[in-house]
Amino acid sequence: MVALPANKLEIRGLDVSYGQKRVLRDVDLDVPANQIFGIIGPANSGKTSFLRALNRMDEMTSGMQVSGQVLLDGADVRSWRNVYALRARIGVVFPLPVGLPMTIRQNVTFAPRMRGQKNKARLDELVERCLRRAALWEEVKDRLDSLGSMLSGGQQQRLTIARALSQEPDILLLDEFSIAVDPVTTMRIEDVLKELKQEMTIVLVTNLVQQARRLADRTAFFLNGECVEVGKTESLFHGDHRDPRTVDYVEGRFG
Amino acid sequence: MFERTVKDQRNQRTERLFRILFLLMSGVLIVPVFAVLGFLFYKGAPALSWAFLTTWPEDGMTAGGILPALFGTLWLVGVALLVSVPIGVAAAIYLSEYAKDNWMTRVINLAIINLAGVPSIVHALFGVGAFVLFFEFGTSILAASLTLAVMTLPVVIVSTREALQAVPQAFREASWSLGNTRWQTIRHVVLPNSGSGILTGIILEVSRTVGETVPVMFTGAAFFLPYLPTSVFDQTMAMSLHLFVVTTQVPGVPEQLPFGVALVLILMVLVLNSASILFRSRLRRRKKW
Ligand SMILES: Nc1ncnc2c1ncn2[C@@H]1O[C@H](COP(=O)(O)OP(=O)(O)OP(=O)(O)O)[C@@H](O)[C@H]1O
Ligand SMILES: [Mg+2]
Repeated sequence: MVALPANKLEIRGLDVSYGQKRVLRDVDLDVPANQIFGIIGPANSGKTSFLRALNRMDEMTSGMQVSGQVLLDGADVRSWRNVYALRARIGVVFPLPVGLPMTIRQNVTFAPRMRGQKNKARLDELVERCLRRAALWEEVKDRLDSLGSMLSGGQQQRLTIARALSQEPDILLLDEFSIAVDPVTTMRIEDVLKELKQEMTIVLVTNLVQQARRLADRTAFFLNGECVEVGKTESLFHGDHRDPRTVDYVEGRFG
Repeated sequence: MFERTVKDQRNQRTERLFRILFLLMSGVLIVPVFAVLGFLFYKGAPALSWAFLTTWPEDGMTAGGILPALFGTLWLVGVALLVSVPIGVAAAIYLSEYAKDNWMTRVINLAIINLAGVPSIVHALFGVGAFVLFFEFGTSILAASLTLAVMTLPVVIVSTREALQAVPQAFREASWSLGNTRWQTIRHVVLPNSGSGILTGIILEVSRTVGETVPVMFTGAAFFLPYLPTSVFDQTMAMSLHLFVVTTQVPGVPEQLPFGVALVLILMVLVLNSASILFRSRLRRRKKW
């Protein structure tokens, strides 16, 4: 018997609603470790809500309710006593780059400092490592102490990736990261992601179908709160037994 | 093809009309402000001098300076702030950052709005009943300052809450997703980016407190005292009450004296307001989102 790749995340019967409004229904899917898992779908299909359910952000959002199971390494995230430790293992990159109004260095060291890391040499080393991995080091190494918000949109987005990496997460969630980023930077970030999947599991929400095709090992198609299809990325684009809605979407006939 | 149609012309006319209308309205607003200030300066400036601020009233308050009143007002406002700022800011942080949107929060919000609408004479009576009599502070700085604190608390809460809510939610979510607690997020992300806004609110509160007359008159301010207060359990004189007294209660006061007092009062408020404007512009320069 061949050993199946271990699943980093297993989602079972996940429902998400805001007040009375159900926005995700009964989602079941597996995210294998050390892969890029793509999620595509038109606006309002519930992709962002899905990501928020993974790191229990619903607890910080008034009106958001989640039911069903999110298993991380086989254990329900809801069983984690310390939600902050859980979130520290899950890095998040938002659609619009959120450079916190502090210096570049402070942005990257924010999480470790909050965990009590005070050693300056360690922090300096961490800053360089994270910025290098986010392909930003060369551009900012001479102005680490200037404001992060002075960077260009594309640079800021890489800064947020560096910041997410600073907590050494084992899962990285990216929500339409390329919305405010030029094509060249997008390509650079995509290369970064291909490197990163050696070390972590990546969930990539994207509204660019081709981006999922380029990067994702497996892909899920969300539509109106339903996970219509999930499987190997290639089979979503070429499979024979696809849902007609999937065919329409990936071939650009709606959305 | 690009000729102006009749409709275009009509739109432009209405546009011009409304501009002039709004300009006139703001003119109507500005004129009394300058009239009041100009009149005060004209009448009160002759009374103004360093000695006026630093000497005692003489001849049954018909001459001399305003030292004890000025000093007393500083006491009253200072103690009131010491009480209202910590409570108000803490309440605002709770309401903005922790409270869920449920019936209790709504009741608290309603209470704040209503408290802000209570007339100051009612606060004065409450102050007498609660602080002077029930807690047995007597008529004292403490009782008066607590009354002022209760009165201005809703202002502090509302302005602080607004400053906190001006910080983009995305900042909080970015911090939470790094595994930071609510308090770490407030301490390192929310407060540093709303500090100037909070200060602005507090300064505006002070400038309102400085002029309050009735609440302090009922609870701790005296007509005349021959000594400066040495503790919060003493009575004190106050600028606002002193102005009332020299204007209406003492015969034979030269005209410039009450205007001098009024001018000092207004100047205190103006200085504080300018400080708050300065803070606000600094805040705008630092904001880059
Ligand atoms: N905080 C919220 N409160 C109420 N409703 C919300 C909230 N966040 C999202 N929704 C609703 O949930 C539905 C799904 O939104 P979601 O953001 O998950 O979609 P999405 O697939 O990420 O869309 P997009 O591609 O536009 O980002 C939408 O109808 C939206 O209006
Ligand atoms: Mg979204």
